[in-house]
Amino acid sequence: MTEAAQTREERATALKGLGTARKRVEDVRFTQGKGNYVDDIKLDGMLFGDFVRSPYAHAKVLSINTEAATALPGVVAVLTAADLEPLGLHWMPTLAGDKQMVLADGKVLFQGQEVAFVIAEDRYIAADAVELVEVEYEEQPVIVDPFKALEPDAPVLREDIRDQLEGAHGPRKHNNHIFTWEQGDKAATEAVLAGADVVAEEMVYYHRTHPCPLETCGCVASMDKVNGKLTLYGTFQAPHAVRTVASLISGIAEHNIRVISPDIGGGFGNKVGVYPGYICSVVASIVTGKPVKWVEDRIENLTSTAFARDYWMKGKIAATKDGKITGLWCHTTADHGAFDACADPTKFPAGFMNICTGSYDIPTAYLSVDGVYTNKAPGGVAYRCSFRVTEAAYFIERMIEVLAIKLGMDAAELRRINFIRADQFPYQSALGWEYDSGNYHAAWEKAMKAVDYEGLRAEQAKRLEDFKAGKTRKLMGIGLTHFTEIVGAGPVKNCDILGLGMFDSCEIRIHPTGSAIARLGTISQGQGHATTFAQILASEIGIPADDITVEEGDTDTAPYGLGTYGSRSTPVAGAATAMAGRKIRAKAQMIAAYLLEVHDDDVEFDVDRFVVKGAPERFKTMKEIAFASYNQAIPGVEPGLEAVSYYDPPNMTYPFGAYVCVVDVDVDTGVTDIRQFYALDDCGTRINPMIIEGQVHGGLTEALAIAMGQEMAYDEIGNVKTATLMDFFWPSPFETPNYQTDWTTTPSPHHPIGAKGVGESPNVGGVPCFSNAVHDAFRPFGLTQTNMPHDHWRVWKVAHDLGLHG
Amino acid sequence: MSKMHVKMTVNGKEVEALAEPRMLLIHFLREELNITGPHIGCETTHCGACTVDLDGKSVKACTVFVAQANGANVTTVEGLVNDDGSLSVLQEMFREHHGLQCGFCTPGMITRAHRLLQENPNPSEEEVRFGMSGNLCRCTGYQNIVKAILAAAAELNAAREAAQ
Repeated sequence: MTEAAQTREERATALKGLGTARKRVEDVRFTQGKGNYVDDIKLDGMLFGDFVRSPYAHAKVLSINTEAATALPGVVAVLTAADLEPLGLHWMPTLAGDKQMVLADGKVLFQGQEVAFVIAEDRYIAADAVELVEVEYEEQPVIVDPFKALEPDAPVLREDIRDQLEGAHGPRKHNNHIFTWEQGDKAATEAVLAGADVVAEEMVYYHRTHPCPLETCGCVASMDKVNGKLTLYGTFQAPHAVRTVASLISGIAEHNIRVISPDIGGGFGNKVGVYPGYICSVVASIVTGKPVKWVEDRIENLTSTAFARDYWMKGKIAATKDGKITGLWCHTTADHGAFDACADPTKFPAGFMNICTGSYDIPTAYLSVDGVYTNKAPGGVAYRCSFRVTEAAYFIERMIEVLAIKLGMDAAELRRINFIRADQFPYQSALGWEYDSGNYHAAWEKAMKAVDYEGLRAEQAKRLEDFKAGKTRKLMGIGLTHFTEIVGAGPVKNCDILGLGMFDSCEIRIHPTGSAIARLGTISQGQGHATTFAQILASEIGIPADDITVEEGDTDTAPYGLGTYGSRSTPVAGAATAMAGRKIRAKAQMIAAYLLEVHDDDVEFDVDRFVVKGAPERFKTMKEIAFASYNQAIPGVEPGLEAVSYYDPPNMTYPFGAYVCVVDVDVDTGVTDIRQFYALDDCGTRINPMIIEGQVHGGLTEALAIAMGQEMAYDEIGNVKTATLMDFFWPSPFETPNYQTDWTTTPSPHHPIGAKGVGESPNVGGVPCFSNAVHDAFRPFGLTQTNMPHDHWRVWKVAHDLGLHG
Repeated sequence: MSKMHVKMTVNGKEVEALAEPRMLLIHFLREELNITGPHIGCETTHCGACTVDLDGKSVKACTVFVAQANGANVTTVEGLVNDDGSLSVLQEMFREHHGLQCGFCTPGMITRAHRLLQENPNPSEEEVRFGMSGNLCRCTGYQNIVKAILAAAAELNAAREAAQ
């Protein structure tokens, strides 16, 4: 069929633009093993680095003897802090304004800390040499409890900042204290609590966990001494930021550094930070003149690179006796580990924890967060969430349940009474955010209807009766959650990392034959950017998505951007893509008008072409316009068809969702069986429904893992008890349920295409939903709060402590 | 360490090399033969990213010494494409049903699924979930992986019936 004979709908369909369940372009490579991940990179003469790590959580390092290791054939060098010190690289700045040891400088502060870096001809020799490095330690008292860390006589962990009263985020009140962050109105909130009909109070702990992507962190550093250029390949979620940081740390001019993020095997926040392995690899490459590869093993990944959560959230929620919430108070004790290496925007040391009023119209609120040092690994990253949003969502969704118990009220109804109404948007929250759009009641009613909520409650009541009559040993729990996220960081006016504003970018070049390449400042780790960004562009510029290459991750070619985490790619880089597309379209309009010999204003865009208004038979397709831009001398118009946009979002976006989980709990074994999980997500305009659904499935499964068993557990002397996949719960296909997905669409009013981002919503909403389901099963027996993860033993223990074992 | 002479068939081709006997099969494939489809995810036989087919059985190449694979017939994901280089039914179904995201687990998943469908050409959903339980994915939540394998089984069975 010729183009002219196609109907408008056929032309639109052919673009595979917004709303299309387009198959992923990435998959042809990945399904046949042709991905190119960092460990697949092989350069001539490449050496391998490996770490000597501390077996102790807190110890002085008395001596390091590298003689035997260095003597091993095939070992090129062994680096210690003493070697890095003359370069000023034995410590490095963290993203949170703190500093962190690259290699142990006199002491170690967590188990698995980097002590020495061995460089050898292959990874086996490197591993052999690690065993030959002799380190003499003197053990020190270990603190793994953040509350004990703040006791007056607690041992000082960070000797390097002993008695420094001012930290990166204000005054420090103890040697193991990092910051206090306060939001909202303390006095007003306390007054509301004092005068309230009802106040429910609870300590909600969100345990320490780990993003644990299937591919661990790693890099290949290659210093070309001839031209003075450093190429750094790595598992970086923010390649441009890594380039700038590498330049600032190393002193190598930024134009002489090229950072390349190849294919990345999952990130989930773990690959945002800068790790000692990167620094050591760069130094090793400079010292040896050869490329140096360093790739973590799983134990190293779990014990030393960025963990997530570990928030102790003390809450008080006030309400009238008929359930209208009047105030919310929260004090969080945040365990940051040995160094403050959180990856948050500078002005937000506790991330966006102040979204903790959730989906509810709470007039008065107060939040304070104390960051604390302990003898655990540093991190505190946004694990599949936007900077502590999962903690905030878990906190408020647990507090709602606790309040419902106190009021003797149905938790669905309590939510309904308190939701921010559709007519209240844009909504100003008590803790300082302006929610862009939402229709919570509509989403909630759709969810309640879809699962037949009343029917479920009736079944649950019957089950309880049977349980009490001794006819069954299984209780039924119904978990509810309505979450609101805050993603798309963010406006440069209040969001930066190390002073770099959190805008993002897209550059588009249209080729003469009408196909295109778009480059972005973000980097996919499985989200399918090569597929979805082409779809945004297809709808904006009328070139089929199949004719658009999307490229990311090479700082020599991609425009500057802050990378992919915190669900920021669609809200920020996706907006930049649309805006750059609109620049292309504006120029194309001038070219079309010239070719059609009419005024610019007399042509209009129509799917894949510009048509003369009122004369649709007179048109120029984008393909024709692209060619004309290269071969016609058009007065007042430069040749070529290219555009770039750097997008500074005016606000965050606020995706939301309504989730319901139904669980059967065997009180004798503690085994939980997820019978049903319904997830309604509203992520604004939907770009690719297939990919959205896939993101929801994946996020829910990580939520399942976190809620039901996945944790970073430490014993009292700081040994990591969950350092391999034997102990660190990662659900297999057999333990994972099927999910029902659903949606409503409430576009963001400020985003060019109304999209909000979705990748992290299911993790944010899923954790409280699974956890609430387990709690709900035991509600009739007096349970108000028990800590995650709800593994079989803990669930059994809850049943036991409630007297259900007779 | 002294090296041993190793000989095996990999993706239909005979290969010979000198390797330390302690070298793991996964490193032999990836670093000596440049077959980088199978990946390393845990090094403790839990995740299955390194799954290869060894003499007709799914094995995790991160915990097999190259010495143990001497003389064996090894197939990796690279060896599963059709002879004309097009995607196999399984590979195509993973793409069709969005059974992958970051792609890191995918080679192991597909290699295991390939063997599973030899062992049980007509599996139920539960049998697929059980048969794939040695392969972990952090991105997809498995729902679409299971869908892809069931769809591939249906298509392969239909083709088999048509051929008979």
